[in-house]
Amino acid sequence: MVPTTAAVPAEPFVRRFITPEGIDLRLTLGSGGERAAAFLIDAAIMAASLVVLTLVIGVLAASVGLENAEPWGIVWLLGFFILRNGYFILFELTARAATPGKRALGLRVAARDGGRLTGEAVFVRNAMREIEIFLPAVFVLAGNAAGDPVDAWLVLLGCLWTGGLLFFPLFNRDRLRVGDFVAGTWVVKAPRRSLRIDLAERQDGAFSFSRQHLAAYGVKELQVLEGVLRAADARTMAAVAERIRGKIGWYRAEHETDAAFLTAYYGALRGRLEQRLLFGHRRRDKFDKA
Amino acid sequence: MSGLKSQRFRAEREADWKRLEGLLAKAEGGRATRLAAGELMEIPVLYRATISALSVARATSLDASLVAYLEALATRAYFFVYGARTNVAESLARFFRIGWPTAVRALWRETLAATAILALATLAGFALVWSNPDWYGSILPGALAEGRDPTATTAFLREVLYKQPKGAGLSFFATFLFTHNAGVSILAFALGFAFCVPTVLLVADNGLTLGALLALYGSRGLGGPIGGWLAIHGTTELFATVLAAAAGFRIGWAVIFPGPRSRLEAASAAARIAGAAMAGVVIMLIAAGVLEGVGRQTIRLDWARYAIGAAMLGLWLAYFYLPREEK
Repeated sequence: MVPTTAAVPAEPFVRRFITPEGIDLRLTLGSGGERAAAFLIDAAIMAASLVVLTLVIGVLAASVGLENAEPWGIVWLLGFFILRNGYFILFELTARAATPGKRALGLRVAARDGGRLTGEAVFVRNAMREIEIFLPAVFVLAGNAAGDPVDAWLVLLGCLWTGGLLFFPLFNRDRLRVGDFVAGTWVVKAPRRSLRIDLAERQDGAFSFSRQHLAAYGVKELQVLEGVLRAADARTMAAVAERIRGKIGWYRAEHETDAAFLTAYYGALRGRLEQRLLFGHRRRDKFDKA
Repeated sequence: MSGLKSQRFRAEREADWKRLEGLLAKAEGGRATRLAAGELMEIPVLYRATISALSVARATSLDASLVAYLEALATRAYFFVYGARTNVAESLARFFRIGWPTAVRALWRETLAATAILALATLAGFALVWSNPDWYGSILPGALAEGRDPTATTAFLREVLYKQPKGAGLSFFATFLFTHNAGVSILAFALGFAFCVPTVLLVADNGLTLGALLALYGSRGLGGPIGGWLAIHGTTELFATVLAAAAGFRIGWAVIFPGPRSRLEAASAAARIAGAAMAGVVIMLIAAGVLEGVGRQTIRLDWARYAIGAAMLGLWLAYFYLPREEK
């Protein structure tokens, strides 16, 4: 009953993901840009937390005097350690399997084989950050200090090697980090969507379209029209209404608004196309004559 | 009621979807334990209803936003229903009882290899410095040696072994050692991915340093005291280093020689074992940090230091390798 995963070639970031119930969830992977943005948010949060931690402990330590400040020194060291090594791990072990940065971008970590995301996998994918982020940073910082030519060459080679690890996600189809590669995980989109109103609810009976009127378009145009209606931009709606009236040969009545016309046409077209869908005909677009 | 079949389909099920959405929001807010038992049982049922609704909606509804909503809801619910949801105390207990020792036992070949590398490098460091003290400077650069070099007086070298660090207190020192060593061992582990080579170098470097120190102190007749000074925490710390390297080797090896499986599968199978072992290494290093930072500074008797080191080693070996009943 293990779900299988395989590439669906049509869309570059959509992957087939069959649940044990046999339904394909069509997961979308996080893109390189989203992953980088999420990491930058997390890095900013970590840096800000470190500054706050240091300031608060500095004030507390100063208030008790330098001789008695040892416990605060320990708190700082442990806080720093947990922040650096634990931040990603602790957040990714929660039910949402995502750090605040990933949450902000609607991403989460998942096991590539569709099974449970284990604690070991989360630990490994984040321990690997040592060589992905920390090592390149060391070499770049060392670059500033390198004096003689041998050191400079070493630093350059180090930068190339660690740069390969850092940019690893850009060289594979699934945008896997080294950590993802090793731990058997990937980062997918799991956005929270709200249920929006069904546009077909809005129609009133003032319009009556004939079969010929409804034969002009297919599913693709219907869903473009849905997008136009949901965006509700007056100028776009006017232009689209004009195009449709021209195409189907509809004479505009005296008090007919563009919004009312488009909504009614949407409802009628969807009714017609869904009816044909029930009989096994899916008309893809206006060029589809089937 | 409205006319379209897809509208009726939605109207009949909308309440269930909203209910599932509410329960998931509650659970994902970190309050899974606060869900009533009934609510927790409700989620899988609602999930299955949603996933079959998704399948129907894809086939019969042309409302794109409805299908997108159901896809997002079904995905969220899937991860909750099939995701990790054991409670923390239970999985920690399982880790200590089974996960950790099993992972360490599974790494026995890599552990032997890492031990051999460490031992060889220690011997080499010892032999080099013993035969020619000039080597000492190239193995331990001035900053690391902190004055413990061949030009130092025997009295100074002896004092280092028994002195108390000034300024910072003992527990601060212990914490510092732990965070430093844990950082290094995580690095050694992660470097295993680069085909094992950097991990070998890191372990060998550790061994060379150790050998050089032993040779320097041995040449002044301080072999016994330096042994105790190292043994009290070293058995734990070096064992942890060896295990971290072994975990790194396991992953590097899987990447080089995946066998019949794909590289991806081989690497993630290796990571399950290596990850558990590495989490354990961090715990061992906490123990080593306390032994070094507090134990070594307060216990000045050589035989006591040796005894503690040997006891710790025996404890770890028994914990990892003694056969036991597994459930």
